[in-house]
Amino acid sequence: MFHVSRLDPRAETAPDPSLDGAFAPCLQEIFPGPHPASGTGFALAQLGACDRPLLWVQERTAIREGGRPFPHGSAFGCDIIHVAASNAKNALWAMEEGLRCKALSAVIGELWGEPAALDFTATRRLAVASEKHGVPAFLLRIGGAPNLSGARQRWRIGPAPSPPHRWNPAAPGTAAFSAELFRSRTRAPASWTLHHDGAANRLDLAPEAGDRALGESQAG
Amino acid sequence: MTARQIVSIWLPKLAIERWEKARPDSAAAPIALVSEGTHGLVIEAVNAAAQGAGVKAGGRFADARAICPELAAQPHDAEGDAALLERLTLWCRRWGPWSALDGADGLLIDTSGAAHLFGGEAAALADMTARIGAAGYSARAAMAPTAAAAWALARYADNPGVHLEDVAATLAPLPVAALRLDGATVLLLKRLGLKTIGDLAAVPREGLVRRFRNRRDPAANPLIRIDQALGRAQEAIPALETEPPQRAFARVAEPILHVSILLPVLEGLSERLSASLRKRHRGARRLGFEAFRVDGHVARLEAELARPTRDPAHMTKLFTERLEGLEAGFGFDAFALTALWHEALDAAQPDLSGEVADDALLAGMIDRLVVRLGRRNVRVPEPRESHMPERSVRWLSAVDADLASPPRAGPNRTPRQLPLPFHQRPLRLLDSPEPISVLYITPEGVPRRFTWRRAQHEVVRVEGPERIAPEWWREKSTARLRDYYRVEDEAGGRYWIYRNGLVGDGRGGAPDWYLHGLFA
Repeated sequence: MFHVSRLDPRAETAPDPSLDGAFAPCLQEIFPGPHPASGTGFALAQLGACDRPLLWVQERTAIREGGRPFPHGSAFGCDIIHVAASNAKNALWAMEEGLRCKALSAVIGELWGEPAALDFTATRRLAVASEKHGVPAFLLRIGGAPNLSGARQRWRIGPAPSPPHRWNPAAPGTAAFSAELFRSRTRAPASWTLHHDGAANRLDLAPEAGDRALGESQAG
Repeated sequence: MTARQIVSIWLPKLAIERWEKARPDSAAAPIALVSEGTHGLVIEAVNAAAQGAGVKAGGRFADARAICPELAAQPHDAEGDAALLERLTLWCRRWGPWSALDGADGLLIDTSGAAHLFGGEAAALADMTARIGAAGYSARAAMAPTAAAAWALARYADNPGVHLEDVAATLAPLPVAALRLDGATVLLLKRLGLKTIGDLAAVPREGLVRRFRNRRDPAANPLIRIDQALGRAQEAIPALETEPPQRAFARVAEPILHVSILLPVLEGLSERLSASLRKRHRGARRLGFEAFRVDGHVARLEAELARPTRDPAHMTKLFTERLEGLEAGFGFDAFALTALWHEALDAAQPDLSGEVADDALLAGMIDRLVVRLGRRNVRVPEPRESHMPERSVRWLSAVDADLASPPRAGPNRTPRQLPLPFHQRPLRLLDSPEPISVLYITPEGVPRRFTWRRAQHEVVRVEGPERIAPEWWREKSTARLRDYYRVEDEAGGRYWIYRNGLVGDGRGGAPDWYLHGLFA
């Protein structure tokens, strides 16, 4: 069971003290490669348990390629409102409509590839709406490549080999992701391996060996 | 076109039967229901014992006391009787779509073209008297092509029933009073020697026209009444309507061709509909906007709402975007906004800080999404009792799902989705399982390598199988059991795959493999 937990900035293993405030409501763009589950997990981990509904907007191709959210698979902290949009234009419109609604805990949007409707203006509109109304937005770009964008944080998230299972060494352990923050307004780019800590119900951040940006940060 | 079939039902003892029904243990003593008249108490209805003693409705109570000294007086509740009759009239719409009140003790139903549903005209009529009788009221019912003829038959015919053919002959033996004439006219006709409708019909028409030419009131003019009974003159009878439709209508002098000018009209309609809804403490759940074109075309838009609303700004916004899609042609000159479905909505006020409640915001957002994307595309998952993963979630339209219900809000809410305590389920599930080719060592053994979407995945770690048997109570006998494995490939990708069937289970060939879900 993937427990949804908050990305705890005060965890001992957090390598970067400037993580504080990094997860204020803003638009995050997540590139999960062709299989979007790890990107989804990363977004949900930041939300933690929430008492307000979550708006989940998916483009048709994204549904066909990556499936739908499966409620039994995760203790989503909140109710889901699922929107199936016929194209990227409608998906972006639905996301913006959701971001203007303070009664939501977050908006997750999924787009496939590089649709024409997703230009700098579109992402900038989402970023502004998210910050103005305080609703976090996650834009999952399944199979997409990073181009010009107004997102405040851009992540490349992929699966990573899981830590050993507690009882069965042959079985997959709890979820692990490799995360690379390659563009951010507030922090230097860096890479992490995220491990889910079931007992403490939080995500552990372990720096990757030989990470230059992180080394500078620790030295300073 | 077939003739109309109007049923008139007369409830001659409505008042006294209602009174007796409310007091099942009332003694068999003579009782009269009385009301206050100008010259003392007037008898409105009498029970069987009083009738046996010779007391008649319509007389004075003091006179009746002289005939029957033990007669007791009870107040007559005319309003209660009227309310009962109204309920009965609506209930009678089970036999036909249109029904109307007819005086204080009768009702009319239009069963044209509906009688065959009850086994024919005679059977329908028998059904009506039987059912009203079962409810505790004696009734006389008659069916005729006109309301006037049905009225006359129900009240004056020896055997009221279905009389759709040759109404004139059927009505002929009835007294002239059956034509709903006032007392003075009946008396006049009696003095002229015209006792029955047949007598009246035999008089040359010109004579009647001349004799009654100054009488405009149908109740005083036997010619009008006889024409109505025989269907030669139309008679307007308003149907019983419980509530007027919630609708705002606007007309413009100059046809509107441009959508930009349309917006203020829509805003005005919303304001007026909202005011009308507020007056009745209602909120719209479905709205219809109609624009009537000059050339006879009607453009329609509909919007559904997640919760009742009468906020004019919200109602306007639901249609604003879609106005662009209307084909103006030569222009629109009339507009209507209708609350096609509305529910009770009490007045609410924002809290002291002026914030709008969360659930109102949410409902507004859902409405806007549904208007643009359609109700099938905005949904919420609801768990269902099933072992099969694809069947364990039902997607309900967000308009119907009660997202804002109080038990689910707040920290103590019961979660809509419950994790399974023992089994791991993937975060994402494919709409339909995708076939994959799998390398395994023994047919019953764990997978070693699989190819999905032309990419090869080396299975590094595996957990399983978790066996999910087919749900035999809803599936065909050929459905095979599934062995689910949770696997991780060398890159760390975690997948949910299953083997469909077993070797030699007699339900098809070799087992095949599918990929069904993705873990975080």
